Order: sequence, then C-alpha cells, then structure tokens
Amino acid sequence: MHKTLAGQGVRPATMPHTLSEVFPAHPTDASAVGFVLSRLPRTNAPILWVQDRLSRKEAGRPALVGIGVDRPVIIVDLSRAADVLWAMEDGLRCRALGAVIGEVWGDPPSLDFTATKRLALRAEAANVACWLIRRAASPDLSAARDRWRIASLLSAPHPHDAQAPGSPRWALDLFRSRRSKPGQWVATYDRAADRVHLAPSARDRAVEPRDGALRERAAG
Amino acid sequence: MARCGNAPPDDVPVVLAREGQHGPVIHAANRTARIEGILPGSRVVDMRAICPELQVEYADEAGDHAALDRLVLWARRWCPWTARDGDDGLILDTTGADHLWGGEAAMLVEMETQLSLLGLTARLAVAPTWGAAWALARFGPVRSVCGPDEAYFKLGSLPVAGLRLDDPTLLLLRRLGLKTIGAVMDVPRLSLTRRFVKAELQANPLMRLDQAMGKLAEPVSSVDAKPVIRAQARLAEPIFDPTPYLPELCEDLCDQLKQAGLGCRRLHLTVYKTDGDVSYVDVATSASTRDAGHLHSLFRDKVERIDPGFGFDLITLAAGAIEEMQDEQTRLDGGSDDDLHLTLLIDRLNAKFGPRSVTRPVLRQSHVPERAEMQIAALAGRPDEGAVLAKERPLRLLDHPEEVRVLYAVPEGPPAQFIWRRQTHRVARYAGPERIAPEWWKDRPGTRLRDYFKVEDQTGLRLWLYREGLHEDGRGGDPRWFVHGMFA
Repeated sequence: MHKTLAGQGVRPATMPHTLSEVFPAHPTDASAVGFVLSRLPRTNAPILWVQDRLSRKEAGRPALVGIGVDRPVIIVDLSRAADVLWAMEDGLRCRALGAVIGEVWGDPPSLDFTATKRLALRAEAANVACWLIRRAASPDLSAARDRWRIASLLSAPHPHDAQAPGSPRWALDLFRSRRSKPGQWVATYDRAADRVHLAPSARDRAVEPRDGALRERAAG
Repeated sequence: MARCGNAPPDDVPVVLAREGQHGPVIHAANRTARIEGILPGSRVVDMRAICPELQVEYADEAGDHAALDRLVLWARRWCPWTARDGDDGLILDTTGADHLWGGEAAMLVEMETQLSLLGLTARLAVAPTWGAAWALARFGPVRSVCGPDEAYFKLGSLPVAGLRLDDPTLLLLRRLGLKTIGAVMDVPRLSLTRRFVKAELQANPLMRLDQAMGKLAEPVSSVDAKPVIRAQARLAEPIFDPTPYLPELCEDLCDQLKQAGLGCRRLHLTVYKTDGDVSYVDVATSASTRDAGHLHSLFRDKVERIDPGFGFDLITLAAGAIEEMQDEQTRLDGGSDDDLHLTLLIDRLNAKFGPRSVTRPVLRQSHVPERAEMQIAALAGRPDEGAVLAKERPLRLLDHPEEVRVLYAVPEGPPAQFIWRRQTHRVARYAGPERIAPEWWKDRPGTRLRDYFKVEDQTGLRLWLYREGLHEDGRGGDPRWFVHGMFA
C-alpha cells in the first residue's frame, strides 16, 4: 500500500537484470552495440559506459547522436581491462544507474570466471542490467547468464530506395543461457519504433507447430 | 605587492601601470621612480618624457586585492580583530592586545619586522581612532604612537589629505588656503557646517575630522576566517602505513563537520615524516559531504603511493572547500536519494582514475560530426545546446578518421571497392551523399568539404565513409576517402 502512495506503482513481473556477454563476429562490427542498446530498459537513468583503450581505438567511441540523446551517458576511458572490471563492479553498486556497459578487447587474464561471477552477482543484487561487449575474444569459461554471438547481415531492403541499405539485420546466436532456451535468430531492427523483430534462423531445426512460423518479440 | 621571480634592481625606475581613460596611467612607482618625480595617477607617456629609461609593468590589481585579503587574516597573529582598509591598508583593533608584545612601540617594531620578512614595506601608526591612524601612518612620522588625548596635537601639522577626502574636496580646501588639518580645526565650526552641510562623508571635512578625533563613531567590522576543521593522530613511534588510522581520522573529521553544520568537498591528508619531510594526498568529491565511510573509500588506493621513508609520527586530515550543508530528507518514505548515489559513484571513479577519464558527452551546435559532441565533467550541470538531427548517424565514431585505399573508383557515389585495415570491402549498397561543408569561422582556410556516404559491404558491415574535397576544387590534389564511423 505505501509503495503505491510513494509513487512507485506496482511493477510488472520482469526478468531480473543480470550479466550478459556479447561476442561480435567482427571487431569493427557495431551490431553488438546496437543490439545491447535495443535491449536496455526504457528509462532515463544514466548509463555507465566503460571502455578500454584498444576497444576505443579499434572500434571507436559511442556517438551521442547515434545512441539517442534522451538518456545521459557517463563514459569512462580506461587503459587496462582490470580497471574496466573494477569500474563496472563499482558502478553496479549504484542503483541510480540504468545500465552498465563494458567493452573489453581480447582475452585479458583478469577477465576470468571469478571476475564474471562477481559482476553477475553484483548485477543481480542491484538489479541493474550489465552488458559486457568482448571484441576479438574467444568465448571461454564465464559466469555470464546469457552469452550471445552477433554478426551483421545484409540489411533489409529500403522501402523507398533500392540502392540504399534499409533496416539493419543481425544474426543472433544465444549459445548459452541459464534462463531461457538457446537458439538462433535473424533480427531486424526497426529504428523508428526502436523494436527488434526476431525470426528463427533458416538453419534452425524445424519449428514446433505451436510456436508459429514467425515470432515477434519486443525488445527489453 | 605582486612578487615575481625577476624583480628589477632598486636603482632602475620601475612603475606599475593600469588602464586609464586616456591610455595607461601609473598605479604605483618604486623608490627610484619617485625620486625622479614620477607620481601615481599621471599618464605613462608624460612620465616617459621626464624619465626615458622608465620600465613599465602592468599592475595585477585583483591579485593585490586577494593578497591583501589574505594578509588581513595573517595579521590576526597580533590581535583578533582585523579588517581591510581601502586598497592599500590594514586596520587592526589592538585594544587590549599591545601589552602582549611589550607595549605599543614594541608591537610596531615587531609588526614591521614580520612584514619585512614577508618582503613588504609597511608604514605603521597607533592611534585611538581609525581616521587618526590612517593620517599618521601615511603622513606622520615613522612608527608614531598617538595617545588618547594627543590626537589634536599630532594631527594638527599633517596635510589636509590625511582626512580621507576625495579629490574635488581636497582641491576646494587648497583653494580656500586650508593646507593642514590644524588649519581646518581652527576654522569656526559654524562656517564649515554651513559650507558642507549637504556633503557626503567622503566630501565632508567636518565629519572626517570628527571621525579622526573620535567624536563620530567609526566601527571596525572584521571579516570572519573560515573555521579550520582538522583531525590529527600523534603516534608514539614512527609507522609506515597510515591505513589503520584513516577510518578514525575520517570519523573525527566528520563529527566536527556535523557539529558545525558543514560539509567538505576536498580532503588533505598530510603525513609528517620523522626526517622532517612532509607528504600530501589530496582527494576531492563532486558534492559536499560528511559521510565518513565515503571519504575513507576515496583514499583506498592513494595512501599506498606515499613514500614512508623512515616512517612518520604525525598524520593530519584537513577538510578543504568547506560549505554549509544541512541534512535533507528528500522523500517522505525515507528512501534513499538516487542522485546522491550517483555522486558517490562519480567520486569513487574520479578518485581512482582521475577526473579526465570520467566524462559525459553533450551536444554542441555544429554540423561537423567530431565537433557536435563535447566532453564535460560527469556531473557538470550543462544543458545540451545542440538540436537533435533527423539524419541517421552512426552508433560509433572513430576518434581519428582512417584513410582507405580506393581500388575501384566510380564517377558518382562511393568507391566500388576499397581496402580498410588490410581488408577488401566491396560496396553492395550505399546511401548518400550528405554534404557537410567546413565551418569557415572555425576551420583553417583551405579546409575541404566532406561528402558522407553510408555504405554496406558484401558481408553486411555498415560504415560511414566520406570523401574529403572534390575533384579540381583548387584545395589540394585528388580527394581522399576516410572511414569515420560504424552503423549498427
């Protein structure tokens, strides 16, 4: 009762936020960033975005106009992967953040099972979404609850211009998940509506009849 | 008063100048220049004619002002009540303090010694009133001491300028033939009152005279020094690691801050080593705080950088940038304030990685992509001034655009094939061009325009490619191609 009075409202039961890892197929591919941004909770809480030096140098920095201006982004530029993990873990103590995004290049020794386990436990304790984008990395042992592999596909046809690339399409591969069934999808990102349309990959096994041929699932 | 490393020798005439109405005027002159006949207030060009070897420096008036304000507090060593007097003086209320220094004459000697150790020349006087002290210090004998009843005799022979009057009044009195204060005193009071009845205090010799003689009150209002909040730990024997003492020091400091209703934004940890050396560690917070646990956490990795040497036996923790701070409850249900958590996080990140690596991008009014964003401090309250573009922009921008090698150029649109980072990309589809012209009010002359294309290669990689310049635009050779960003 008093929660409603304080303006909190009753939240719908959603999956708790936790640590997820994303492995882009190509280091310069920005599809992973686009996918992570489309999965973030729709709030105006600030995002803590931590990058190491190589990620920034090789894959660029997040551009404010591209990711949308409505939520403030706090960018932390660091040089070592250990510092990135420290800053992410420190950020996950702060419940005022909407999400924590980290970018780590390669397979540094500091990013081991223990480090990911700490991040996952902290993210679940604070209920803050935590995403780790790992470029040029091999998906070895990790405590991340969801692990995705993402590659860009040729974009959808542009509605007005046959020459131009249309909505971006990504090949998503949820290859390990503790909470849902792993699978592969082809995602089309609708920029205007900020929605991701998922379709089972053509290489997937036969679709069970009760699932329907085409599933639509809202992002987030 | 401005002290710099390369002070000119005393035998060279040097003046400090400030901007006047008709060119620079002289603000102050050194002793040699005064002997040459150079007076403050006259124009520099005129004085150059009198003294061709004159050296002119510009005066730092704001710096002098600040230095004098600091000197006001420094002078509290002699008496508890000090104030600044105009642009070049201090007034000290030494009532009841002079016997501590062995009498008034001895106190003046002590003051002159201490001020000369600071490199300052001072003219000092003791008098019962502010006005009399002002006149005696500037026009009286050296270190004159004026008793309670002697003001009438001591002031009588001084020039009338000692009455703190403005220039038109001084001119008027000189025209009336009143050259000394004594001459003004001898004029019948009734006739002076009739002449100056409507004049302000600055232009009223009668009121100024009354102030100097003590017939009109002139209280000294002193400035308050900020309280010094400091905690210290004296150790029985030298130690090498201050970490175990820090929580106690922080709590002590925060208790003092809480008692005074203050919060601090800076902490100075000073470690006094046994060999006489001193080490400092400073931390700063982005909002004023008195949370002992948070302040302690800021020192987490910094204390290890102290070189202990042979150990240290005294640790002090002082609060800087003290501000008033009230306990606030922001929400009725007693929940915590989210903003506060964010400031604590930013403080921790700033303390560990330095404020330059924790930034927040904001938009700026510019069409050039690298100028459309600006990095500001993470908690600086600055609204976005740029408008949101309707054009599609990439998610990632490279800090420095990277040049590509064109393998197969076509007359219109982006190259059909190019090499970027040693990989060949074949352009399957593209959108564009979007032309962004250089900003002539910022860019150097000769900067070339850019045509931006969104290209998609055969694997689905979407890049933001631009061509710098046009063919035969007269600003260099063939246009070059760069990758500037990546789309999702």
